[in-house]
Amino acid sequence: MQGFRYLDDTAILRLSVEKCIGCGNCLLVCPHRIFQVQDGKAEIVDRNACMECGACAKNCPTAAIYVNPDDGCGCAAYIINSWITKIRGKAASGCSC
Amino acid sequence: MTATLTLRDDLGSIGARTGFTRNNYKITPGLYCLGDAGKNSPVLVTANYKLSFDALRKELMGQNLWILVVDTRGINVWCAAGKGTFSAEEIAYQVQRAQLDQIVSHRELLLPQLSANGVAAHELKKLCGFRGRFGPILAADIPEFLRTGETSETMRTVTFSLRERAVLVPLEVCMTLKHLFVAAVVFFVLSGISPDFFSLGLALNRGTVLLLATLMAIFAGAAATPLLLPWLPFRQFWLKGAVVGAIAALLLFAGLPLTSSIEKIAIFLWVSGSSAFLAMNFTGSTPFTSLSGVAKEMRPGLAFQISSTVLAILFWVAGPFM
Repeated sequence: MQGFRYLDDTAILRLSVEKCIGCGNCLLVCPHRIFQVQDGKAEIVDRNACMECGACAKNCPTAAIYVNPDDGCGCAAYIINSWITKIRGKAASGCSC
Repeated sequence: MTATLTLRDDLGSIGARTGFTRNNYKITPGLYCLGDAGKNSPVLVTANYKLSFDALRKELMGQNLWILVVDTRGINVWCAAGKGTFSAEEIAYQVQRAQLDQIVSHRELLLPQLSANGVAAHELKKLCGFRGRFGPILAADIPEFLRTGETSETMRTVTFSLRERAVLVPLEVCMTLKHLFVAAVVFFVLSGISPDFFSLGLALNRGTVLLLATLMAIFAGAAATPLLLPWLPFRQFWLKGAVVGAIAALLLFAGLPLTSSIEKIAIFLWVSGSSAFLAMNFTGSTPFTSLSGVAKEMRPGLAFQISSTVLAILFWVAGPFM
């Protein structure tokens, strides 16, 4: 993903070292390769590359990882629709992706 | 089924890529047999979006294997996983429905890596007796994965090459063009307002100018910005789009018969504001923007887009009165 960086210090991603058992699932599934496992524990090596896809959290057997749980796909149309929903109190059509 | 795509598949891809048939481009969920698949053949899992299915099978020429298509309502793997339709539960349901345990003797499902945000692989075994194993991101890497049984670091890293961005452009442009007819009516009405109430001549002349400027804005925000993405300044998409839109507006001034400076300001604001909006919408099509980041950039982005549009309308309508 060289050449593509999004906003720094924005993504919500937390890793609990106590809960981590070092299985390496997060390292395996991350599409931006931001984890590494060292001495039996996972660590985040490139936090700002996180896009909050949630693959690591979903595949963590001990729920040691927390990612921004709002669903959606980092998509402006989706956010606008959810704002409209809040204002109108009706279900949004969502984005088309 | 075969690994060869026919003309009809290619035409269908064009339909989906331009948005005409995109929301209903599905295939029937279930188990598909490729080549001479048998008891020991691998089982690949994919979504029932036909573009996903075609992308997968065309890379599997000469292979003997099973493809388990799960019901994602015609959505691609990654988005369906994000929305929760491509899930361990859905895979388990399709495994049982196809009675896969009687068809193959092994107990392993090969999953696309980009389904990991929806599929907890460690839960699959409990749900259906099959172990889930993540393969590469791209279908093109599957033959090598099947041969070596391993995925490299490159296969696990998502990319966003010029080619990958270019295939998204037709959809970005076509989705916008859908609204252009209504917009054109508004343009002609706004452009005709004159000191003598309404002038048809002005409506046609100035309306056409506004329409051309809008087409330029669409080109700037929905085509040029996505293509030039990594080389444009700023990280926030609306700023990238505003820059490209501003350059596009300046180029327009060379070709459009605009004489009054107030009209030029109006066009400049309209083109850069619309381009910024379209560029901001492109965040949803990229593989690296986080939801938190998009929410953050939308505040200044929308403020800019709304204020530039309001000012553009005021200046444009004021034109004939100056």
